[in-house]
Amino acid sequence: MRHIIAILLENESGSLSRVAGLFSARGYNIESLTVATTEDQSLSRMTIVTRGSEEILEQIVKQLNKLIDVVKLIDIDLSESSHIERELMMVKVHASDDARGEIKNLCEIYRGNIIDVTASTYVIEMTGTSAKLDSFIQSIGQGQVIEVVRSGATGLLRGEKCLSL
Amino acid sequence: MELNGADIVVKCLQDEGVEYIFGYPGGAVLHLYDALFKQEKVKHVLVRHEQGATHAADGYARSTGKPGVVLVTSGPGATNAVTGIATAYMDSIPLIVVTGQVPSPVIGSDAFQEVDTVGITRPCVKHNFLVKDVKNIAETMKKAFHIATTGRPGPVVVDIPKDITDPNIKIPYKYPRTVSMRSYSPAVKGHKFQIKKAVDLMISAERPMIYSGGGVVLGGASDVLTELTKLLGYPITNTLMGLGAYPATDGQFVGMLGMHGTYEANMAMHDCDVLIAIGARFDDRVTGVISEFCPDAKIIHIDVDPASISKTVRVDIPIVGEVGAVLTELLIQVKDHKKKPNKKTLAAWWKSIDKWRNIDCLQYDRESALIKPQYVVEQLYDVTKGEAFVTSDVGQHQMFAAQFYKFDRPRRWINSGGLGTMGFGMPAAIGVQLAHPSAQVACVTGEASFIMCVQELSTALQYNTPIKIINLNNRYMGMVRQWQEFSYESRYSHSYMDALPDFVKLAESFGHVGMRIEDPKDVKSALEKAFKLKDRVVFMDFMVDQTENVYPMIEAGKAHNKMRLAPGTAVDRELA
Repeated sequence: MRHIIAILLENESGSLSRVAGLFSARGYNIESLTVATTEDQSLSRMTIVTRGSEEILEQIVKQLNKLIDVVKLIDIDLSESSHIERELMMVKVHASDDARGEIKNLCEIYRGNIIDVTASTYVIEMTGTSAKLDSFIQSIGQGQVIEVVRSGATGLLRGEKCLSL
Repeated sequence: MELNGADIVVKCLQDEGVEYIFGYPGGAVLHLYDALFKQEKVKHVLVRHEQGATHAADGYARSTGKPGVVLVTSGPGATNAVTGIATAYMDSIPLIVVTGQVPSPVIGSDAFQEVDTVGITRPCVKHNFLVKDVKNIAETMKKAFHIATTGRPGPVVVDIPKDITDPNIKIPYKYPRTVSMRSYSPAVKGHKFQIKKAVDLMISAERPMIYSGGGVVLGGASDVLTELTKLLGYPITNTLMGLGAYPATDGQFVGMLGMHGTYEANMAMHDCDVLIAIGARFDDRVTGVISEFCPDAKIIHIDVDPASISKTVRVDIPIVGEVGAVLTELLIQVKDHKKKPNKKTLAAWWKSIDKWRNIDCLQYDRESALIKPQYVVEQLYDVTKGEAFVTSDVGQHQMFAAQFYKFDRPRRWINSGGLGTMGFGMPAAIGVQLAHPSAQVACVTGEASFIMCVQELSTALQYNTPIKIINLNNRYMGMVRQWQEFSYESRYSHSYMDALPDFVKLAESFGHVGMRIEDPKDVKSALEKAFKLKDRVVFMDFMVDQTENVYPMIEAGKAHNKMRLAPGTAVDRELA
């Protein structure tokens, strides 16, 4: 099962490698990982998308909690509240004259923005769930795509529930 | 009080009440060594290789319950210490390892004797620090001791660049009295409701089994475990790490469990209906094949580390907390419980266990003309009246020591259980002897293991630690040879120790007493003679039967009830 784990950790050098090292040492997989400081400069917030059985997820959460630099974490998918998930993607695509219209249409359907234009290419910016971004790439066709860059998923809980100190 | 960084490190150690620091000097720690030179409170023990420093500090820690402290230089000093750090990590031993680092401005430039110590040690420490400012030393040291010794203990590395200990930079010093970390607060007391559920289940058990591990030793919970076990009247087994937590000479003790555990302990594990796991982590050497582990049992698991719970074996009632606190609460609730264990079913259970016991799974050929390693350990037990601290290395001799030396007290059996580090025994014995100057300290080893840290014989001489080394010399890497005999049709690939030294001369050249014993009838007198030499290190080279194997054994992929017994063991077919 795919799970999103949100982690608040001490904003110190080496914290990221402690988390990444834990995943590789114990053979857990990381589908995506994104990290940045929060409004509190002493804390970073990391979002990890991982896959595993219930038992493995339980171990991942426990092992993460054991890391001294990890202050708090939640498995967003296991939380009682529903959650919002977003990922940012930028895609550079071939945009020949005859394809431009169709690409623009597709962009609108998916609520993307064209943020760079050259004679032969577009760069499209899009946010959404990871599944939506996958679906956009599928719709536009692998042949059209020159380059894809994705931020990895981030997410938070809906409503008043939150991950904070 | 204004102090420089080096003095601050040493002052922190003094304020923590550190007695000994095990180390080896080098460029990056010269300021620290100068600070050590100027004081007498913290006694430095110079080892001959950094691995020896970590094992000696580890032996000190295991035998006292206090953290062991190590000081090594950057680069090779730190990498040599890694094996010892990993050894401590796997067995949850509190160590503080201070490593020198190249000066901050040149970190990352591949400077002389530079390695990324924090990076290299990350997977085998509980936590590590790189000190970036002299102002942070005291707080970091306090945190290091706090982390190493609380919750599930473990090693902590403090990496200090040379410029941070610069003698010319002085700042006011004050050792923090307390430490608070928002991201670290280990559980202490167990959940009361979980404990109640556990007590209900324990008391209604028909075929109960207590399985206790190193956590009971580390948590200082031996006495309460013993009281609880006696009160319940249940059988108890200890893991390799847990030996001594319950007195081995008591009738309720059914021996060690696991790969080379007793037949009765493993059979009882397999057949029990309630398993009470205390400070044990369901290691693969204990469980045998997981799919057939305790098939009929409801499992209660008490552990300070939540990550140990349901890691390999799913448990029914987890209790997270310090074993001592949890067991104390359990004991109270058991005493107050309106039900008592069912005497009739318990008597029937003991009857089965006694049948398994009667098989005498640890039997060996006592008529042999060759020295049997088991016999040596039995004699060691007699000669030391079961009172010695026994360290061991890794292999057959380790298992023989665990099987045949009956430990009645915790912290007496000191071995590398988790990592299985050959070379551990002798330096560990030095650490034990320093902590307990008048105690009998025996290192049961084999010739292959012993050679791995042989240089520490020199340390033993310098600090006059009169350890007694019992070398069960079979001219093989015995455990490797045994597996090759069982699983590789006796193709003894590179397990033969060719070109061994003359150990007697070797010991003598280091300034110690060497003995060679070749006849079984000389075993006891040699041991007696050795232990009478109270101020000398004695190396006893016992030439033992080369082909002796460790029995019984659960082979890979087998269950507890599928043990391989010593040839000639009379197994009642009904039982097998």
